[in-house]
Amino acid sequence: MSKHVVVIGGGVAGMEAAGQLSKCGFEVTLIEKENKTGGNINNWYKLFPDRRDSSEVKEYLDMISQKNGIKLLTETTIEKLNRHCDRFSITTDKGTEMTADAIIVATGFDLFKSSRKEEYGYGIYDNVITSAGLEEMFRNGKISLTNGKIPSAIGIVHCVGSRDEKVGNLYCSKLCCVTAVKQAIEIKEHIPESKVFCFYMDMRMGGTHYEELYREAQEKWGVNFIRGKVSEAGESIDNKLVIKVEDTLAGRPLKMELDMLVLMAGMEMSEGGKKIARIGGLNTGENRFFSTSDHHYGSNISNVKGIFYAGTCIGPMSITDTISHSRAAVSDVMDFLRDQ
Amino acid sequence: MNIEGKKAIWNDYQKEIADDNYFYVRSCVRQNFFPGSETAFLKIMRDELGKDVYEHPCHTTCTGIGYHSDIVPLETTMTVVARQFALMTEAGYKNLLPSCITSFGLYTEILDTWHHFPEVEEKIRKQLKKATGREFLKPENLAHASDVFYKFRKEIGAKAKYRLVHKNTGEPLKVVDHIGCHYAKMFPSKGVGGAEYPYVLTGMIEEWGGQIIDYPERRHCCGFGFRQYLVQANRGFSIACSKEKFESMKPFKPDMIITNCPGCPMFLDRWQYVINEMEGKRYGQNGEGIPVFTYEEVAGLVLGYDPWDLGLQMHQTDCEPVLDKIGIEYNPEEKFSTNKIVEDVKIHNYVNV
Amino acid sequence: MKKMEKFGFVISKGRQIDYESNDRRIAEYIYKREPSFRLCIECGGCSATCTTGNFTGFSLRELHILIKRGENDKARHDIKKCMLCGKCTLVCPRGVNTRNIVVLARQAFQNYDNYAI
Repeated sequence: MSKHVVVIGGGVAGMEAAGQLSKCGFEVTLIEKENKTGGNINNWYKLFPDRRDSSEVKEYLDMISQKNGIKLLTETTIEKLNRHCDRFSITTDKGTEMTADAIIVATGFDLFKSSRKEEYGYGIYDNVITSAGLEEMFRNGKISLTNGKIPSAIGIVHCVGSRDEKVGNLYCSKLCCVTAVKQAIEIKEHIPESKVFCFYMDMRMGGTHYEELYREAQEKWGVNFIRGKVSEAGESIDNKLVIKVEDTLAGRPLKMELDMLVLMAGMEMSEGGKKIARIGGLNTGENRFFSTSDHHYGSNISNVKGIFYAGTCIGPMSITDTISHSRAAVSDVMDFLRDQ
Repeated sequence: MNIEGKKAIWNDYQKEIADDNYFYVRSCVRQNFFPGSETAFLKIMRDELGKDVYEHPCHTTCTGIGYHSDIVPLETTMTVVARQFALMTEAGYKNLLPSCITSFGLYTEILDTWHHFPEVEEKIRKQLKKATGREFLKPENLAHASDVFYKFRKEIGAKAKYRLVHKNTGEPLKVVDHIGCHYAKMFPSKGVGGAEYPYVLTGMIEEWGGQIIDYPERRHCCGFGFRQYLVQANRGFSIACSKEKFESMKPFKPDMIITNCPGCPMFLDRWQYVINEMEGKRYGQNGEGIPVFTYEEVAGLVLGYDPWDLGLQMHQTDCEPVLDKIGIEYNPEEKFSTNKIVEDVKIHNYVNV
Repeated sequence: MKKMEKFGFVISKGRQIDYESNDRRIAEYIYKREPSFRLCIECGGCSATCTTGNFTGFSLRELHILIKRGENDKARHDIKKCMLCGKCTLVCPRGVNTRNIVVLARQAFQNYDNYAI
């Protein structure tokens, strides 16, 4: 009889893990709290670094996760999670009970709630949006202000909710810088005569082709990069956003009027993940993501034997890294179940 | 602008404000700048709202002005504040009510310091005992006088004779609210509404019929500070701060400014004269200035007190335009008359410390 | 005219860079003729090796930034200090032709400001 593995979370990590587990011959149940799979990738239109369509990645994930042998439960959350001898018993909110030989937790991340940064006026001033809001505009093919006009000066603020002691997130969300550069280029593609400004503390372009994308943004598209943190945003009489930023490289404060402000919201541990941590007795770290057994060779292993992690539930990572991380989780599951 | 977003933030920053039995500590200099304000406050609290507000005749300055100017060391300030607490304990009160924003900020700061460093509190207790023989209990509730008016704004609104609207059109007056820096910028959780979008004066204005203006330099300090302003040559920096605020609020065409600090209305009021002398600029409409009020004066006007009893004649920037807009009755002849009856002042002989 | 009273102080001038009202024609002139100007990330490699920068207040990195923002006053005076030795161009990690930028900046100042360098 084949072993049963439950994957909690139907995002990129969960779908990849489910598909790989099924290929290895396990019986898989994939549990997702929303009414469809995909998780955060449903928010993104085109992906960095090459701006390819996210639906292509989604298609691949759908293909490998919709196999026979993978049972998909949508709109389902987990209420109880216990270990009995060497099996797990799981109870869902709909009352379904099941036992599993191993569990992969792939609960992903939530975007930082930008209204917590009160000084940027998200939710208060018109035309202050987040990176996810901008992706929505790209998907609809039109970038416009609340009054319907096309913006001509757009500012992008890096590090909103990351590297910030005031909101309790000391860590770097790793991917906002490259997202900002990608979105700056996309804005210029949509509105060639617009002026785009990126306000950064540091430019963290660590992945493959990220630095080249930064260069392309400056060289080909004329995006302006100003090093300094935006301290506050206000609204002028003509509904424009007045921002104050320190131009650290010039050594002087800078005052500017913009039509639209895009906040690069950071990545935080998801609410669903926090609940799983509580009911499953899983440890979380200082940054509130799950803590793994070893940074180098144990990044899929939790403190509970038989529960493994895949994807951004352990910390910010790109889609590429998430897929690799999920495959590694499956390898650990195989190791674990072979010994039993 | 989405007001719902602001309301969500205001809900996050609520604070405990005591109901009654207040121990009132006065400001050092407000009586000079805005003579009617503290009197109006006490009259409204005692006569209109029926509250018990007690003033101890031996209470002194909190020395905040000295502390912030580097003249009085922090330990001395803490000991003087401890004496204020001792007077409050002696009179049997638990709710401290400072009139000045800097006092409020100082009391909050000292209570917070003693909370984190109990050994400092012990030391101050010993010093106070040695210097004056007094002992004290810390106040249970600390609220600024504007917080109390915010709490009772509905009661004041219910008794109001006038509302902050144009008498002809019924349109709300456009009001700029300016909060003293020491109110919420140091401890945002101790201010109603937090530091970014403070609600204490906004709540009052909205209740009394006005409309609050949000302008880009809303958060900017008026420039009072203490240390730089005391030296005449440095005042250029102070006036530049106020000027930046005026330039920013001018396009919104405000009718008046409301403040809750002793220094801010003094600055915003007097600097308009100086800027006019130096550069010929005025910030109101029709070549007028923008009248500046303290919240007690606004409450007094709304309740129908005589503007000259409230001390509005002492303002540098004329207040008559706003009085006319609201339709408040006043006698222009009596503005500077001095033939009002003054009550006998009781002389007290307190020399003990 | 009413006599201005002596107050003993003058209103301090703000030191913010006012992005909208600054004159960026010098920067536009350089961008058009030397597109690699766009690649500069103000890392300061050029200033570190600069011959003039070692002995005077000349900072090529700072001038790049000020020109980009339209704060031309300092650049106008300092740009003539460059000796055109070319050490900066050797260091630049982005491949900016820094030497040409100095030459073009001088041309632009002469062009727009009638300022002979």
